[in-house]
Amino acid sequence: MTTQVPTEYGTVAIGLHWLAAAAIIGNLALGLYMVDLSLSPTKLKLYSWHKWAGVTIFLLSAARLLWRLAHPAPALPDAMPAWQRRAANASHRVLYLLFFLAPLSGWLFSSAAGFQTVYFGVLPLPDLLAKNTEVADVLKLVHRTANYGLAALVVLHVAAALKHHVVDGDGVLARMIPFLKPRT
Amino acid sequence: MKTPFLALAIAATLVIAPPAYSQATQKVVAEKSHIRFAFKQMNVPVEGRFRKFDATVSFDPKKPEATRAEFEVDLGSIDLGNAEGETEARRKPWLHVEAFPKAKFTASAVKATGPGRYEASGPLTIKGATLNITAPFSLVDAGGMRTVEGQFPLRRLQFKIGDGPWADTETVADEVTVRFRFVIPSTK
Repeated sequence: MTTQVPTEYGTVAIGLHWLAAAAIIGNLALGLYMVDLSLSPTKLKLYSWHKWAGVTIFLLSAARLLWRLAHPAPALPDAMPAWQRRAANASHRVLYLLFFLAPLSGWLFSSAAGFQTVYFGVLPLPDLLAKNTEVADVLKLVHRTANYGLAALVVLHVAAALKHHVVDGDGVLARMIPFLKPRT
Repeated sequence: MKTPFLALAIAATLVIAPPAYSQATQKVVAEKSHIRFAFKQMNVPVEGRFRKFDATVSFDPKKPEATRAEFEVDLGSIDLGNAEGETEARRKPWLHVEAFPKAKFTASAVKATGPGRYEASGPLTIKGATLNITAPFSLVDAGGMRTVEGQFPLRRLQFKIGDGPWADTETVADEVTVRFRFVIPSTK
């Protein structure tokens, strides 16, 4: 581990970031779509896929967190005001918290609702909670709130990245999208 | 055409007063008995039960072949622990409870298969379809109560349970395991 702060993200960090971004945005959209469907075989399939994607996002987030702890993020631009630095750090912390809270609350909600999660239809995850309608209702609310929060933070994250690129022109977005870097 | 009166009279007598058996006919103790079922949905085990059923049993362990037992299950009393699933299960593609409110099973043959072990077979009628099934069960007498416990598999599609798009067995498996427990006051 180096104490020196790097100037850019490595390939692994960039790859994991975009993989997670695609999975999280896709699963948020799937979750929003599937809840309003009337009961059908399609609905049951989508619910299972949503749970499998959620478990995958949890694992991916754990991998990203470990990677990030071992490979610090590049420093923020010197010109950034202190409040923006604080906001950027805080929003990244809450994002990571929700990367775990969203799938965990979904898994527990599923258990309380009486449906075990069987990853890819092969690996049964343990049910930490017994079936209980009242507990399920609370966890449903937690899962929904965590995911609306996550969706809002994703929007904020994208907006801030675009602001850095378009308004500040400081290369923050280019750290995650290397081809945006001006050729030197 | 004239109906043979005597034949009708005999039939009526048989229905009203079945022949006497060595065992008195018993009703099951509902709160100690259950009918549960288990199946797989997207490979996830799911369980349910029927809250209301009725059984009339006349059974002598020494003469199992003389058994008379009839079971009726109120299909509308399905409990999946999930209101959306229960509403769906009562609808036409599944149990069509409005047209077929009850499932019936008559144990027309019972034989001993080992100590305390028996096997009942007979016609099972669900949703207008009748198929013969065989259900192994155990029997324990304790504290003035006789407990009969067993299970049997059934294929839901043979009874058109989950018809149309629901016939896709990759979503909801065809095989359903029915587990039963009946507690009956034992008679000396």
